[in-house]
Amino acid sequence: MTAEAPPTTIAEDGSFTAPFELSYPYSRTVGPTLSRFLTGLQDKRIEGTVGDDGRVFVPPAEFDPNTGVACTQWRTVEATGTVQTWSWQAEPAEQHRTETPFAWALVLLDGADVALLHKVLVTSPAHIATGMRVEVVWAAERHGSILDIAGFSPIDHPRADTTASTTADTSL
Amino acid sequence: MRDIAIVATAQAPSRTATTLTTPELLVPVITDVMARLAPAGVERSDIGFWCHGSCDYLTGQPFSFVAAVDVLGAWPPIIESHVEADGAFALYEAWVKIQTGEVDSAVVFSNGKSTSAPADLVMALQHDPYVEAPLWPTMTATAAMQARACLDAGVVTGAAMADVAVRNRRNAMNNPLALLRGDHTRDELLSSPMIHDPLRSHDCAPITDGANAVVLAAGDLAASWCERPAWIRGIDHRIDTQRMGARDLTVSSSTMIAAERAGVGHGRFDIAELHAPFTHQELLLETALGLDPEVTSINPSGGALCANPQMAAGLARIIEVADRIHDARSDRGLAHATSGPCLQQNLVAVLEGA
Repeated sequence: MTAEAPPTTIAEDGSFTAPFELSYPYSRTVGPTLSRFLTGLQDKRIEGTVGDDGRVFVPPAEFDPNTGVACTQWRTVEATGTVQTWSWQAEPAEQHRTETPFAWALVLLDGADVALLHKVLVTSPAHIATGMRVEVVWAAERHGSILDIAGFSPIDHPRADTTASTTADTSL
Repeated sequence: MRDIAIVATAQAPSRTATTLTTPELLVPVITDVMARLAPAGVERSDIGFWCHGSCDYLTGQPFSFVAAVDVLGAWPPIIESHVEADGAFALYEAWVKIQTGEVDSAVVFSNGKSTSAPADLVMALQHDPYVEAPLWPTMTATAAMQARACLDAGVVTGAAMADVAVRNRRNAMNNPLALLRGDHTRDELLSSPMIHDPLRSHDCAPITDGANAVVLAAGDLAASWCERPAWIRGIDHRIDTQRMGARDLTVSSSTMIAAERAGVGHGRFDIAELHAPFTHQELLLETALGLDPEVTSINPSGGALCANPQMAAGLARIIEVADRIHDARSDRGLAHATSGPCLQQNLVAVLEGA
C-alpha cells in the first residue's frame, strides 16, 4: 500500500520536513493466476480456474485445495449469480468504505462452482434472501482489485418475495 | 511415541479490558504455574522449552511477543518459540518438541489482548489478502454467514443455538474466571434483537482479555512432578481451505479428520471443552466429534461463549479438561481449539488420567 504523501519541504531556516506514515510500505506481486483474475476485473471480465475435480473456482484457485494440483485451465463466468448465504452488516466500519448498511454474501456466479465472498448492496435485511439472484455492480474506477466489484445488486426479484423468507424468525 | 502429560496449569481471570501490557498479563500466570510445581522441587531451570501463543495484530505491535521473553527470565539462555496463533497450537509445537526427545518438559503459555484493538475487524486480516481481506469481512460477519447456511440447511435452529448459550452461561456460574454468567431462559435470549443478522448477542463470545499457562512433561518426569498427570493420549490438528466459498460451512470436516487421528472414537468422554466462539459452532463441533450431551458434560467451564481471550481461549479449553483430570473429576476428556474464520482450523486433544 502506498499512500498519497504530503510534499517534502525545506523551510527558510533550512529545516527539512518529510512525510512519515507508520505503515508497511511494501508492494507485492500477486503472481500469474491472481494477476489474470484481477486484470480481468479491470475490464469487467470475471475468470476462474478449473480444479482437479472439474470445479470452477472464482476467484481462481492457484492450486486445488484438496489435491494440491496446479490449476491451469481457465473459464470465463457470468457477472450474475445466486446468493448462497448472507449476513447483515448493520453498522459498517470505516474500512468498509460505506456508511450505508449492507449484506455480506457468498455469491455463486453463473458458470462457477465455488462461491465468491462479497457484499450485496441492499438497504435492509428484508431485501435479501438465500437463493436471490444478483448481478455485479462495477466500480466506476477500476484498478485491478477485488474492489473493482463494488458489490452485487438484486435482479428480477420482487421485494415481496424476499420479505417472507428473510424475516422468518430463526428461533423457529 | 513418548507419553506426555499436562502436569500443572494456571489461568488469569478474564477481563473486559485491561491496560496491562503483554508481560504484565503473563507474569502472574507464569509465576502461578511454576508455583504449582514448587512442592515437587521444580525450578525454571528444569524446564526444557518455552512456547508462547499470541497475536501481534491484536496487540497492535510488531514482535510484541519478544517482550514476553522477559517474563520467563532468559538468562542463562533458554530454548523458546512463539506461534502467531492460539496457545493450543503452541502446546502442539511443545508436544512435538518433546516427542523429538530434544527436551523432556515445556511451559506453554498464551495471552489474548482482544480489547486493545477492534478485534472483530482486525481478524478480517486472517482472510486471503488479495480477494477477501480487502473487503474487511469481520469475524462476526463470516460467522453469521455460516450460521445462516446452517439454519438454511436445517443442521441447527435458533432455539438450539439459544440453548447452547443458556447452558454455557449457567455452567459459567461455577467458574470464577468467566466473564459472562447467569441463569437465562431460551425465550428470554431469543427476544433480544439480532446484532448481526442472523446472530443475536448471546450467539457471540464476548471480547475478552486474559492469559494462561501449562507445564508439559514426559514419562517418569511427569509422574514425579504431578500426582495425577493429564496424559495427552491423542492430539492432531487439521485445516480447511482458506477460500470461504470452497468450504461446506455446515460441517467441520477438519475437526472430523483431527478427531479420528486423535483417537476420539476409542471410548466415552466424561467432559468435553469445545472452543466455539459462536453458538452454532458448538453444535457443529458436537456433530463432528460425535458427542452426546446426555453422556458427556460439554463446556462445564462455560466455554469461549463466556470468556474468549483470543489466542488464549483454545489453550483454556485444554486447561479446563486437564484441571478436572488432575483432581479426578474426570478420567477421559476431550479438548478442542479452533483458529481462522468459521472453524477453519481445528485441534483435538484426548486427555486421560491413566
